[in-house]
Amino acid sequence: MSERSDSGDLLVADEVRKEFGGLIAVNDLTFTIPKRGIVSLIGPNGAGKTTFFNALTGLYRVTSGQILFDGHDVTDKPPHAITKLGVGRTFQNIRLFPQMTAMENVLVGMHARLKGGIIGSIFGTPRVRREEREAREKARELLRFSGLRGVDEELAESLSYGDQRRLEVARALATEPKLLLLDEPTAGMNPQETVTFMEFVSKLREERPVAILLIEHDMKVVMGVSDRVTVLDYGEKIAEGSPQEIQKDERVIEAYLGKAATT
Amino acid sequence: MRTYRAELARRGGLHELGAQWRRLPRPVQQFSPALALLAVAATYPFYLSSLPTGNVPLIYSFPSVRSAVTIIVFTTMAVGLNVVVGYCGLLDLGYVAFYAIGAYTSGWLASGQFQQVRFHFGSVGVAHTANGIHVSIWLVLLIAALLTALGGILIGLPTLRLRGDYLAIVTLGFGEIIPQFVRNADSLHGFDLTHGTFGISPIDSPGFGNTLHDSLGLPSAYSQQFDADRLFFWTALGILIVTIVCCIRLRDSRLGRAWIAIREDETAAGAMGIPLMRTKTWAYAIGAFFGGAAGAYIASFNAGAFPSQFSFNISVFLLCMVILGGMGSIWGVTIAGAILAWLNVEGLANIGTWLNDNIFPASHQIEVAKYQFGIYGVIIVLMMMFRPQGLIPEARRKREIEEGGHGPLDDPLYEMRGADEPGAGERGSGGPVPRG
Repeated sequence: MSERSDSGDLLVADEVRKEFGGLIAVNDLTFTIPKRGIVSLIGPNGAGKTTFFNALTGLYRVTSGQILFDGHDVTDKPPHAITKLGVGRTFQNIRLFPQMTAMENVLVGMHARLKGGIIGSIFGTPRVRREEREAREKARELLRFSGLRGVDEELAESLSYGDQRRLEVARALATEPKLLLLDEPTAGMNPQETVTFMEFVSKLREERPVAILLIEHDMKVVMGVSDRVTVLDYGEKIAEGSPQEIQKDERVIEAYLGKAATT
Repeated sequence: MRTYRAELARRGGLHELGAQWRRLPRPVQQFSPALALLAVAATYPFYLSSLPTGNVPLIYSFPSVRSAVTIIVFTTMAVGLNVVVGYCGLLDLGYVAFYAIGAYTSGWLASGQFQQVRFHFGSVGVAHTANGIHVSIWLVLLIAALLTALGGILIGLPTLRLRGDYLAIVTLGFGEIIPQFVRNADSLHGFDLTHGTFGISPIDSPGFGNTLHDSLGLPSAYSQQFDADRLFFWTALGILIVTIVCCIRLRDSRLGRAWIAIREDETAAGAMGIPLMRTKTWAYAIGAFFGGAAGAYIASFNAGAFPSQFSFNISVFLLCMVILGGMGSIWGVTIAGAILAWLNVEGLANIGTWLNDNIFPASHQIEVAKYQFGIYGVIIVLMMMFRPQGLIPEARRKREIEEGGHGPLDDPLYEMRGADEPGAGERGSGGPVPRG
């Protein structure tokens, strides 16, 4: 509870609870993310990590508890309102818009930041056209920034797996997030791509004022990029601390990491 | 055919022509097919008389200008429905409700339905002493469109929270409620709103009034002109063009992207900051807007609105046009709409006549038009089997089909073959958000 008074926190989740019928997926979890921090959420399958993500982004209604983001109460707000406040996310199972081009996917991410209305679009007013042109320019930059080259006009579904992951990040960044939620971003990546991804996170951190919440199974990534690691098991926080502390924590080793991780 | 083309290509004919074509500026490439189509359509009343009549192979005869008006108006509705179904992916089985609202707005605002009052505003071809509300049809078209859009919003608010099949069922309900309402609203506490099964008739005709007639030579009232059908034809074509242009513009706008994103993945669209309810309601409103305008126009053209016009069949029929043309494809829907509407208006009957005259023996004559819904059903089944993307697929879908999985950056990442289904295997604690 002492964390709540910490004014440097971008996100404060206070005793968030999510039940599915009799199953308690997230059990009174209290959790904070500092501004510009990189926090990882780890734990065995079914520990409630993604459920917590979905509660943060408004896809699930929490059973009880409160979520404050950047001074706003976002508990039970609809997803688009939370996104507009500055929470961008990717999905564990890639959820791009398959029949839209990479460029269009990013432009959709900008939706909340653009203003073009119906009448303006039909008549093609100079204001709407300018906005559209600038949005495309910005989308192009974002695609470059995320490591996508020469695929602007490709359909998302025809991109390679790694590029689809990159595009999801680009699309999330297009929402101009203050907090970026990445749900297993390196799932299915090969070691080389994983290294590239870690470099990307460092670059992101240097160039943009964004905090990151990461769900990740790859311990190299978790230990490599996080400021702080939180471990969940059965919906409860069993440990929290720096990567080094977590690696030594007995309960974590027992529940999740296994003996090998300590070596 | 292939060798002939190859031969031509070798001689540089087609090849050269193709290259020339590609050298043209993009807008020219994009719009010249549409402009050519428009030229052929707009001059139709002029060359119709020089086309052969009677016993044209298969189609028997070309549609009269009068039939063409109905065809164009139904095509307009199909283009409007395409916004809802094709862009936004909302299965609407009650589009006929919008047609009805539009038609009855026309009836209310431009006929002698309300004998209690006498209100004239820019009306043409109606005696100034006539009772009832007589507003200029041009204005009525706009009011009907706006009112229907409002109706779309009202229908949308409770229904659009539903997804997929449930939405279809509820829209079906609304499609039934509205015709039933107009059939029975001839005595609302003694007030005759819709004139029941008799419908509202006569409805005023469009026109420009005597002042514009005298100064510019514009027709004062269509119905009093000897070439009324032609005037209705060109006006209908104008409405269709406006509808198409608006739909193209919207498709390429911020709102259009949001619609398509919702169609592609509603959950992801919400998470990317698209307000789902509002955006879907807009799709309904825009679809309803054009449906209402088309309904109001055809009511004026038929000089009446009758409840028997608004059957469930119309909703299905319009949906067939969208599916046949290719969901989301403006040009596909336009062409499929024209073909199906023609079949419905007179095509099937004409084909039947031709078959009976030329193929079937006199002892086994068949009335083809009687089997119309069976025939549409077969068309849809065949389309689904052989060309599920529609006659002219939406550009993005066509690209997908042409390029298949061969995007330039689709080099296989061998290490990750098993990861093609992300979340499979030992990973994954949540999976996609289960909803609905």
